Amino acid sequence: MTELGSTPAQTVGPYLAIGLPWPDGPYATVEDAEHAVWIRGIVYDGAGVPVPDALVETWQADQYGRFASPADSNEVATGFRGFGRCPTDLEGLYGIRTVRPGPVREPDGVEQAPHIDVAVFARGLLHQVVTRIYFPENERANAADPVLTRVPMERRDTLIARIGPDGYRFDVRLQGAGETVFFDV
Amino acid sequence: MRSPRQRSEPTEHGGYRRDPEGTHPPLDSPSYRSTVLRHPKQPLILLPHRMTELTGPVFGEDRIGPVDHDLTRQHAAEPQGQRIIVHGRLLDGNGKPVPHSLVEIWQANAGGRYRHTGDRWPSPLDPNFDGVGRTLTDARGNYEFITIKPGAYPWGNHDNAWRPAHIHFSLFGTAFPQRLVTQMYFPDDPLFAQDPIFNSVPDPAARQRMVSEFDLARTVDHWALAFRFDIVLRGSAATPFEDEEHEA
Ligand SMILES: [Fe+2]
Repeated sequence: MTELGSTPAQTVGPYLAIGLPWPDGPYATVEDAEHAVWIRGIVYDGAGVPVPDALVETWQADQYGRFASPADSNEVATGFRGFGRCPTDLEGLYGIRTVRPGPVREPDGVEQAPHIDVAVFARGLLHQVVTRIYFPENERANAADPVLTRVPMERRDTLIARIGPDGYRFDVRLQGAGETVFFDV
Repeated sequence: MRSPRQRSEPTEHGGYRRDPEGTHPPLDSPSYRSTVLRHPKQPLILLPHRMTELTGPVFGEDRIGPVDHDLTRQHAAEPQGQRIIVHGRLLDGNGKPVPHSLVEIWQANAGGRYRHTGDRWPSPLDPNFDGVGRTLTDARGNYEFITIKPGAYPWGNHDNAWRPAHIHFSLFGTAFPQRLVTQMYFPDDPLFAQDPIFNSVPDPAARQRMVSEFDLARTVDHWALAFRFDIVLRGSAATPFEDEEHEA
């Protein structure tokens, strides 16, 4: 078998907004899906300044832990796409309409706490950074989660969403005080 | 970007192979000034590939309009500039084509100006060019766009800084770790030497993989030049092991 070297990543640059946003991008599930919520947050740089030219993408299971992907043989909930994409606005704010995912049972029997994979692209990011959103309601599952337990205790709270007015709040701090935990995927 | 200690950890139950050091740019690349306040300073934590990383979104024809692949036919008249065909194959690191996969592009016009309110450099907008394209790869992983060659543009990163002509590409593959946003460059661009974004890729061989090839065979007489740009996404680590077992 030939192994081919990957094409390198490059920044989305300052003009990503002409190419990447979709009108239905923020809707990981249909607007009126049962238990649908908004996850909103601000992306900050190392000076604490909101980043107005970033794009947040999310990928997750539905409320039953099933993925809208050919690699998962289970049917997902109606209207559930599982993928969300939202550019940040001038205040650095993004929003994704989705449902809180269910726990994900792995083929090896391990159970992952409800979580959302998140990729952030921006001018000044030569490669997307990847983080995860966990939920405050799942304290016990979070404590046993195979990924969260790799994160030093004192930094775990950067991965846990807070309850917000119409769903959840999840800010991303690219650098500095309270820096969000990012993963090597 | 990652420490040797993290890289030596095995990939659990058939994830995606991790790229060798030097394939992707370090997030901390100070000569590209915008990275200074935007790169994480804490080490990245290794994410073993589980269900969330072994899956990814799939998009269909419903996302693609009839002229989305032809950036020269999206307005009443044709845009200014050198008409080009940009085509290639989307492959994974095992050399397997990635069929029916979404490819998105965006670019500047022939004068190097983007249709974006933030782009104010004194080169005119072209009323017949948006600079945005979208297509799906076919059953064999091939894609094709018709567009015009973008111009270089100044960007103020350093004294007299110019971006080499490029087209932004966004790819999904079939799983979250394959997601890639990159830039396609044109062969022998004299602006490469002074561009910190192009040169942010440490491995020179990897850097060359972002440079398209002039493709004489695909040019169309009296109509368009052609460039070939094959794109490689990370390969699944599981496949070679399975093959070895079958062959053994
Ligand atoms: Fe650009």
